[in-house]
Amino acid sequence: MTAAAVPSPVAPRPGDPEITPALVAEHGITPFEYEKLVAMLGRTPTFTELGIVSALWSEHCSYKHSRPVLKTLPTQAPHVLQGPGENAGVISVGDGLAVAFKIESHNHPSAVEPYQGAATGVGGILRDVFTMGARPIAMLNSLRFGNPESARVRWLLAGVVKGIGDYGNCVGVPTVAGDVMFDASYEGNPLVNAMCVGLMREEELITAKAQGIGNPILAVGARTGRDGIHGASFASEDLSEENEAKRPRVQVGDPFTEKLLLEASLELIRSGHIVAIQDMGAAGLTSSSAEMAERGDVGVVIDVTKVPVREPGMTPYEILLSESQERMLVVAKQGHEAAVQAILHRWHLEAEVIGEVIAEPVYRVMEGDRVVAEFPGTRLVTDCPQYHPEARESAQYHPEARESAAIVALRARDPHAVAPRAEEADPAWTLAQLLSSPTVASKRWITRQYDSQVRTSTVAGPGAADAAIVRLYVYLDPRTGARIAVAEAARNVACTGARPLAITNNLNFGNPKKPDVFFQFREAVHGMGDACRALGTPVTGGNVSLYNENPQGAVFPTPTVGMVGLIDDVAHATRMTFTTPGDAIILLGETKDELGGSEYLSRVHGLTIGAPPSVDLEGERRLVETLVEAIGSGVVRSAHDCSEGGLAVALAECCVADRDAMCGAEVRIDDLALPMRSAFFGESQGRVLLSTAEPDRVLAVAARHGVPARRVGTVRADPVLVLSLGGTTLESPLAPLAAAFHDAIPMLMTRAATAAA
Amino acid sequence: MSLTFGVVTFPGSNCDVDAWHAVIDVLGERAVSLWHADHDLQGADVVILPGGFSYGDALRAGAIARFSPIMREVIAHAERGAPVVGFCNGFQVLCEAHLLPGALMRNASSKFVCDWVHLRVDGTNAPIFLDAYAPGQLLRIPIAHGEGRFVADEATLDQLEGEGRVAFRYVDAAGHATDDANPNGAARNIAGITNAAGNVLGMMPHPERAVEPLLGSADGLPLFQSLLARVGA
Repeated sequence: MTAAAVPSPVAPRPGDPEITPALVAEHGITPFEYEKLVAMLGRTPTFTELGIVSALWSEHCSYKHSRPVLKTLPTQAPHVLQGPGENAGVISVGDGLAVAFKIESHNHPSAVEPYQGAATGVGGILRDVFTMGARPIAMLNSLRFGNPESARVRWLLAGVVKGIGDYGNCVGVPTVAGDVMFDASYEGNPLVNAMCVGLMREEELITAKAQGIGNPILAVGARTGRDGIHGASFASEDLSEENEAKRPRVQVGDPFTEKLLLEASLELIRSGHIVAIQDMGAAGLTSSSAEMAERGDVGVVIDVTKVPVREPGMTPYEILLSESQERMLVVAKQGHEAAVQAILHRWHLEAEVIGEVIAEPVYRVMEGDRVVAEFPGTRLVTDCPQYHPEARESAQYHPEARESAAIVALRARDPHAVAPRAEEADPAWTLAQLLSSPTVASKRWITRQYDSQVRTSTVAGPGAADAAIVRLYVYLDPRTGARIAVAEAARNVACTGARPLAITNNLNFGNPKKPDVFFQFREAVHGMGDACRALGTPVTGGNVSLYNENPQGAVFPTPTVGMVGLIDDVAHATRMTFTTPGDAIILLGETKDELGGSEYLSRVHGLTIGAPPSVDLEGERRLVETLVEAIGSGVVRSAHDCSEGGLAVALAECCVADRDAMCGAEVRIDDLALPMRSAFFGESQGRVLLSTAEPDRVLAVAARHGVPARRVGTVRADPVLVLSLGGTTLESPLAPLAAAFHDAIPMLMTRAATAAA
Repeated sequence: MSLTFGVVTFPGSNCDVDAWHAVIDVLGERAVSLWHADHDLQGADVVILPGGFSYGDALRAGAIARFSPIMREVIAHAERGAPVVGFCNGFQVLCEAHLLPGALMRNASSKFVCDWVHLRVDGTNAPIFLDAYAPGQLLRIPIAHGEGRFVADEATLDQLEGEGRVAFRYVDAAGHATDDANPNGAARNIAGITNAAGNVLGMMPHPERAVEPLLGSADGLPLFQSLLARVGA
């Protein structure tokens, strides 16, 4: 191996372009960062080195703007086996079992090539989980699109959904949950966040830490091609029309190879022949090898001529930065190379030795006998610049956190000053409007395209997950909004009977160099930290996606929360819909005069104004305890939290969401002294609708935990919904409500979808 | 007497685990894993070709899997009159291997569809699979496929009907074979068929995913119980 030879000094490679300020700028490297690079090397970098740094110091790989803020999040708990910094977080769920899970975004690729962008997002997050040694058992996703009245938005939606479905279905991992929301701010910059949950035995946990001097490094899986070069840098800029021309930076996924790689990798991990494994994801071979070396605090040498390639003539620059999919980097035990190769060959995949772990503290890339890149120690990763308000390293890139005055003004507006529309005289009209809002309406058109049942045997095991996001709130008040996002995720998980254990987050924001965007980011992270501490659910990893902007401005700040919980007895898992006429309906939590930031204002009046609802984190914790205990005792038939659209929409969903088994309901709270719109459609937090045959037992559990609870009505056999609040009565047959809820998205999606803007 | 089920794993099979779960955990029978590159059925009494995406559905679903070494043994097993059943991708492989007539085309909607459907038991020539069902019984069983639209020429369809070889048909909750109840545009709402001898069954729905009330239905269980009673007796 070349490691033994004395390497020649680094010199420019014949044929590579000359390093000029223009070339440096083209690589997204600032003059300040370039100075830092030259100082580290003590010389001018080679073209290959410039490419490496461009990728590793991109926002996507380095978190250079976000890391100081992220460090404030809680990451520890006794059940956390692996916190942030690895391919995925891992928590213990008892009985020697552990769950690995992580969320990741593929926003930018999906904006220009929705099918492949979404598909490869699924592929990447699957690999992050199975490289920890866990078998993926569930996929979830969180999607944001512009107004679906636009043909291009429908094209993006159809492509993303098909991409997620085709990839996950083929690999054989069920897509079990997700959320989809629509708002004009996502026009041109959709958000595609995918989460994967995997199950393993605790002793099978493996990390991506290079160890053992002399151990061979192998490239495993698909061959390296010219696709996706500079994908990580692409994900670190604002989207513009020019990005349309960057479609070649989007990778192409092959789920069949992924399925083989999954089986081969799990077999490899359990074989004992390897010490570390990592996905070649963003920035491909470069980041996987550099990060593995940094984690293990060792040197590495790799020879690009040993890497199996798809086409001849690829330069070291291209091989290092390719983001070809379905590839892994593996550190094997010395002498076990043939055993590793035998496992891969059985699955029709390749494995080639391309390098070695070395004692010399250096990151070195060879092209045969020639050194084409060499960085001292692990400084390539550790010396990445970081930007935060306190660090005044570079005034030019120092984001002054400052809230936008326009948002302060929006938040101060009084929702009650908004005059009702004439049709609102009948609250049933308003309810139908909300149920047919694409954000609220049934997403069955989407979920029918995902195989939600494959691997039946494992999904019924431990673990339940839900994703939640409250976009309007975060925009109006990022700290409160992010607290609500975590609280709502916990509520959703607890509504299935599961105890929330930990979260993974995906922070989708605009350009962090803008003071108001950085303010939103910092406040949202702090709000998320507040809620995670109160609920005892640490953050075990995640992803930050910045530069989500289009020519009209930043997307709504969107912190996505993926939460994992544990159900003790799966037989008690509940559903959201009413099942049995005669059951009592119980409302947990308090309804307050809180109409700000509501789906009602957005859908009926086109407004995002007012202060978001307040959130009592201690109260949310007690609510979770109540749900876990009540559902665990087997007396709860259904549980559904009140979110977008408030009490009226939540009740209607309990009645009509299962179209094959609808139930009527009558609910009366006569002493609710609130403005009518707040009572029906306000979005006060901490509320859950339960149905039960044993209301007294549920009320007793709530009383013991100090959670406000009252019996408010009864499930009915006749297909009618009656909701009477403070003297106003909404009465409607179920059929039109069901039609509004179930037909809205299918009707939209029968209309033409085109890539043209 | 107990039965041994052989579950074939092609590269890309992914419902092999669902089949194992049904056989081992629910039925309490023995299952052996049959690797596509092997030539040995390991004493399996019943062969299951599971769902999934063998060879990534390259060319057509099932088109490459039929050439796997194990398929030579599966075909010989079927020709001996022993039971072979294919679910979803397994049905596609059986058609490609000419153990069953017709073909599975892309769904009429052109979209993958995962849902619960109602099936009616219409078959009369294959008691080893259908004995434990009542004639005309309605079942609730999941589907999950992108290429499940069964097609064959009219003469073949008439022959299948005439010989009682339409094992299952997509119907509505009232048992009627309507267009609305047909999730993929299959000819005559056909969801599953058998061969002339009644020992090979292929179906797009997943009875192996409907073996426990916890999962939403146990209507797939009698198919396995028929095999146990008829073959295991």
